[in-house]
Amino acid sequence: MARMKFLCDADRCIECNACVTACKNENEVPWGINRRRVVTINDGKPGEKSVSMACMHCTDAPCQAVCPVNCFYTTADGVVLHSKDLCIGCGYCFYACPFGAPQYPKVGNFGSRGKMDKCTYCAGGPEADGSAEEYAKYGANRLAEGKLPLCAEMCSTKSLLAGDGEIIAQIYKERVVKRGYGSGAWGWKTAYRETIAS
Amino acid sequence: MNTFVARLRIFVTAFALLLLAVAGSPVNAQQPQRVDPQADAVKEEQLLQQLQVIKGRGTIPDVKSYTLEQPAGRDWRHFHEVTLRWIGGIAILGILALLVVFYLWRGMVRIESGRSGRTIVRFNAFERFVHWMTATCFIILALSGLNITFGRPLLLPLIGLEAFSAWSEWAKYAHNYLSFPFTLGVILIFLMWIGGNIPNRIDVAWFTRGGGIVGHDHPPAYRFNGGQKMIYWIVVLGGSAAAISGYVLIFPFYGTDVHSMQNATMVHSIVAMLFIAAMLGHIYIGTIGMQGAFEAMGSGTVDVNWAKEHHSLWLQQEQARATGSNQSQARPSATPAE
Repeated sequence: MARMKFLCDADRCIECNACVTACKNENEVPWGINRRRVVTINDGKPGEKSVSMACMHCTDAPCQAVCPVNCFYTTADGVVLHSKDLCIGCGYCFYACPFGAPQYPKVGNFGSRGKMDKCTYCAGGPEADGSAEEYAKYGANRLAEGKLPLCAEMCSTKSLLAGDGEIIAQIYKERVVKRGYGSGAWGWKTAYRETIAS
Repeated sequence: MNTFVARLRIFVTAFALLLLAVAGSPVNAQQPQRVDPQADAVKEEQLLQQLQVIKGRGTIPDVKSYTLEQPAGRDWRHFHEVTLRWIGGIAILGILALLVVFYLWRGMVRIESGRSGRTIVRFNAFERFVHWMTATCFIILALSGLNITFGRPLLLPLIGLEAFSAWSEWAKYAHNYLSFPFTLGVILIFLMWIGGNIPNRIDVAWFTRGGGIVGHDHPPAYRFNGGQKMIYWIVVLGGSAAAISGYVLIFPFYGTDVHSMQNATMVHSIVAMLFIAAMLGHIYIGTIGMQGAFEAMGSGTVDVNWAKEHHSLWLQQEQARATGSNQSQARPSATPAE
């Protein structure tokens, strides 16, 4: 089985936000929620870097560990998914998540954070693959169709890579060798406890 | 002649070009073989070490999404999964064990002189209403709160995912909405009983004489003895801390970010665990721990002999006031003997 991961090559990201738009459209993400976003560090200064970030589908995921109702599960592909039927909207996964991935509809109305929503790696949820119920709650299930997450698939500079962790790490390493530099795989140390030497 | 000039011109031009090329070559040599935009680039590792958090700028309205990474969540996870369970477990099971041991050793503290049959009003209807409103809210808040910390390992395996999720969602709503009457109760308790709860020298004597609990002594006390004053301040201060930190969590991102909310959950849960432990002691004394104590908050009246043993100075005050009001026509300036 593959171990699915995301890798954002920050040296290639041009902050076009196509990944953000693709995700919202493909998954019919609710208003006010962005499963993926692009953050620019040192904006306008020398050494500026943009990183596209969503749920990293961590190894030993913190959200899964702290959830009081145990609504998370990790698939055989290493994708961290959750059940919106079990979620009580307590907000604990947001406190624990290093990447700010979990989000809630109606945030601000006290006590009524809705069901948590986050990146599913375009892999839907616990419902039957490709069913209407699954699509309504979690969005597309591209993984079941043999496709990778749309954000990475349509990245114009191929900055955002999705796929088996070893393969995308290899692609990134080759890039670093060829161009002679690389700012590292952002978030990998936190999410997977590993880094790609650059 | 013309050809000589032309040749000379060509020679001079060529020489000048050569000079330019020679002069220009050191400049070329300074150009690096490869462009390295990494020279100034921000490094993830470095940012995390400096700031513990990586923030940037985004283009969507959701400002909290501009935080790229906050590994502090890992510490919070450890707190929630390990530290808090130890604190809560030790505090609550510890106090329960102590109470059981104490009950087996001391038994119920009886009214030593027996019931007199005469009663005196200790708490009026409003005081009892406030007490029980706060107490009911507290019990529901405590159970629904403990459910968040201990429910998953203890209750979930017994009732299954769906039932546990349904119960937890109701518990969450109860926790959120009952916080309001609870807070009101804490405020009213603070205002209502502050008069009798300022610590003084009598409390020191009360504690050094074992408070009438440990031995068979009956140290004098006014309306609230040292132990009750302790409970009062635990309720007022603990309740305030729990309420404030709770409202920070109930209104997410109202002037807070993820770090302040992490801190708020830590304060809220530690205060709550200790609060629950203290209230278990309070419930013990108020029920099986002491004969004649429950009726103070039940019917509102206590036996005069109970009052004599546990609140002698208060009883004197009350009796003096009663005599004073009976003789008010004769002696309007009567003051309670203190």
